[in-house]
Amino acid sequence: MRIPVVTSAPDRRRLLMTATAGGAALVAGALLARRAAATPESARALLQTLAKGDYKDGKISLKAPEIAENGNTVPITVMVDSKMEGADRVKKIHVVADGNPLPGVLSMEFGEGSGKVEVQFRIRLAETQKLVAVAEMGDGALYSVTREIKVTIGGCGG
Amino acid sequence: MSEDIKPRIRVPSSIKKGDMVEVKTLVSHVMETGQRKDAQGKTIPRKIVNRFTCAYNGKMVIDMKIEPAISANPYISFFFRAVDSGKLEMAWTEDGGAVAKAEQAITVS
Repeated sequence: MRIPVVTSAPDRRRLLMTATAGGAALVAGALLARRAAATPESARALLQTLAKGDYKDGKISLKAPEIAENGNTVPITVMVDSKMEGADRVKKIHVVADGNPLPGVLSMEFGEGSGKVEVQFRIRLAETQKLVAVAEMGDGALYSVTREIKVTIGGCGG
Repeated sequence: MSEDIKPRIRVPSSIKKGDMVEVKTLVSHVMETGQRKDAQGKTIPRKIVNRFTCAYNGKMVIDMKIEPAISANPYISFFFRAVDSGKLEMAWTEDGGAVAKAEQAITVS
């Protein structure tokens, strides 16, 4: 939301901050009354418990609709560019979402029978939020990717 | 296992040795999140499929830990490398420990 007031920058910023802070408090109050929600911080904390370390960019990618009309079922594809051999092998992938009641989405492990990493599934998204996926490689390197998905109708019942 | 779970599996009809083969799976399950409340305001207890595994001739292909964020009637697709004829063994585990199993014969030409 943008406030259509033209003033000097600090004034405008203060106005915006007051407006958003008030709004956020209201929304948070309303949400907390119903359920505890995941935040980007709790999603990040969960990821660190699943795959501890620094994440690099690259290798892993997420395919998802930019706008999900129905948050009840959002198709997601996670892919990793890997030959599935030696240090380049994908051991695990973790996926979290930062705006659902709970941050976890899924974790998966790949065995020697696996061919290539291209896994598709459908998820619930309560609201517009970011999806983060982390791949753990054979040599322990961690790669992550983040995608924002806009949600028109939330999908967590409640 | 609740009898509402019915695994459906689809693989390509012809598979050549060394092919990267896509397996598509679907089970019927409500995936009750544990977040919803009934008309009396009581929380409906969580009941989801929390794990999916697939092995190909005894070798692990994928082992998934699933959270309530996965949609009802979970659809999962993934790939394996076809080296020999044999079978895919899949299992879905529900909260409470019940397991639904399914097998898919693979014929490599």
